Amino acid sequence: MAEPTAPEVAIEAVMDKQVERGEPILQVRNLEKHFPLTQGILIKKQIGAVKAVDGVSFDLYQGETLGIVGESGCGKSTLAKVLMNLETATSGEVLYKGEDISKVSGRALKAIRRNIQMVFQDPYTSLNPRMTVGDIIGEPYEIHPEVAPKSDRRKAVQDLLDVVGLNPEYINRYPHQFSGGQRQRIGIARGLALKPEIIICDEPVSALDVSVQAQVINLLEKLQDEFNLSYMFIAHDLSIVRHISDRVGVMYLGKMVEIGSDEEIYEHPTHPYTQALLSAVPVPDPEGREGRERIILAGDIPSPANPPSGCRFRTRCFKAQEKCAIEEPLLAIPQVFSGQDTPAAHESACHFAEDVDIVGATNGEA
Amino acid sequence: MPDQQPNKPNGVPDDANTELSSAFAQTPTLGAMEVEGMLEKEDLTHAPEVSTEAVGLADREVPRSLWQDAWRELRRNPIFIISGILIIFLIIVAIFPGLFDSTSPLQCDLSKSQQGPTSGHPFGFDTQGCDVYARTIYGARASITVGVFATLGTALLGTLLGGLAGFFGGWLDAVVSRIADIFFGIPILLGGLVFLSVIPSRSIWIVVAFIVVLGWPQLARIARGAVITARQQDYVTAARALGAGNARLMLRHILPNSLAPIIVVATIALGTYISLEATLSYLGVGLKPPTVSWGIDISAAADTFRNAPHMLLFPAGALCITILAFIMLGDAVRDALDPKLR
Repeated sequence: MAEPTAPEVAIEAVMDKQVERGEPILQVRNLEKHFPLTQGILIKKQIGAVKAVDGVSFDLYQGETLGIVGESGCGKSTLAKVLMNLETATSGEVLYKGEDISKVSGRALKAIRRNIQMVFQDPYTSLNPRMTVGDIIGEPYEIHPEVAPKSDRRKAVQDLLDVVGLNPEYINRYPHQFSGGQRQRIGIARGLALKPEIIICDEPVSALDVSVQAQVINLLEKLQDEFNLSYMFIAHDLSIVRHISDRVGVMYLGKMVEIGSDEEIYEHPTHPYTQALLSAVPVPDPEGREGRERIILAGDIPSPANPPSGCRFRTRCFKAQEKCAIEEPLLAIPQVFSGQDTPAAHESACHFAEDVDIVGATNGEA
Repeated sequence: MPDQQPNKPNGVPDDANTELSSAFAQTPTLGAMEVEGMLEKEDLTHAPEVSTEAVGLADREVPRSLWQDAWRELRRNPIFIISGILIIFLIIVAIFPGLFDSTSPLQCDLSKSQQGPTSGHPFGFDTQGCDVYARTIYGARASITVGVFATLGTALLGTLLGGLAGFFGGWLDAVVSRIADIFFGIPILLGGLVFLSVIPSRSIWIVVAFIVVLGWPQLARIARGAVITARQQDYVTAARALGAGNARLMLRHILPNSLAPIIVVATIALGTYISLEATLSYLGVGLKPPTVSWGIDISAAADTFRNAPHMLLFPAGALCITILAFIMLGDAVRDALDPKLR
């Protein structure tokens, strides 16, 4: 992304302040998704489970963007699928306006789907190649006929195309006639069709060219303002997450290790994993780059079927001590910072939490 | 977030380009002209790479579906027109053979046995002294009936069972796949000898039913594979996330995306079934005289090919044209259902 201009930084500061903490629209409590590992052909015996999401809790507020970051295989996408009810949760609760939606099915589920929609990662596979754009964006109305009467549907579809910045005359084109960025706009239009309150974006820009990423991100921000949407924004790219998010959660091996406002996470990371992630962000400024320290993690992410005891990150952590293998750190405000009024006092699952300014040398923006 | 609005320069119009403008508009040093220029460069509402064929306003305004588009495409495809005319002609021949021939295929004169083409008898005579032209015309009914209905039957049954197995997976898939394996394990000729020899009346429909029963596993396997591939695509997940039920997922999303291999295999199988009927007849378990079929004639003529090649060439030629017409039709339909090939 481009170097931020002064007004852009100012806007971010304004945006940070005005996040209202009213009632959370989505509350996730101890959510778990385990995929069983079975053995045997006729008589299947469960010999273990891949703990893709293992006890995740967070809140999503009206109109805010919660960024979820973490390396591949940490359970980000599974979390999105469980929230969308595309996978059933093993245990835990997903409360939408106080109502648990993780166990509903049938008509109630269909009604909830109107309020929670998803934008997919790959715009090349998420659009049916044998449907016209008009059919793709109009399908939500066919599934939920109560949203728009039949006579208004074509108009509604064309309005949506207009909202996402595509020519409304394109209703009879097929997805292959569009570029990646345009396809992602079609995917976003489909997600918007039912006027949802929450949109879960599962890496919506990682399959796009960098130049197009900015356009799609800006579109998402514009739509958020227009429709007061809440986003859960899953991504690899830390700078994009910082740009779009009000709050950020960091996931590692199926668990949330740190969560806080974007300033708290990016300027005052207290969990060693977050610090390592941030130290890997490329810095476009050579002078800032020289002054900073790279934390290089050893080894690979452990198998989620057999996670380490105690703290899951201890096998790769540069701060790990004996306590980490025995006692699992809880996601809470670390004791060293509790009661203090510092940005470092946010929830972090580490016994040895410490405020280290990793990206400070780069003026706070990647 | 709404506070972002006042930060925008007043000069930027609040239209579809707003989200683009927010990337630049906060830079106060840029004049309105420069911003406009940048917007034009990145304007996505006019895609340059999309083919610029002249489409009328009505075309752009009225929504169309895949099937309507496919039909429009087919009507302009010469291969579809040629194969369509051929198939219509063959069907007319099969239904009204009397229109094309005044003699009967069963009026035979042994003295003319194996004679070549003569005036009034353009295809010559067979071993029994029957008119080959008359037999080719009258044989169309049995052969086309067997070919078309056996193909329809196997394709429908195979797609239904294989598709459901692929879509639902689990125990249904296991049961259907094992049953298909059992039928696959029966050699079709041995099966014909065993099953058809115990049935006293062997009408065309018995042969069709036999082919369907032994032929569906081939289509079921193709359909199952195609459905499994399509089922895992993101657009199916997206439709499910919208609240689409199984029927919609199968009919709107999975079926159109798994038809292509089924159409190809089914049209090739059509020719195989016509010759299978011939083989069964040759073995004495298929159609029986006085039924006239290309298969019976081809197998009878094969023995005397060196003395009287015309006996083989004319029914075999008719068979080839029929198979070719159906394969061309299948090809054209498959291409029309793929928007990428337009």
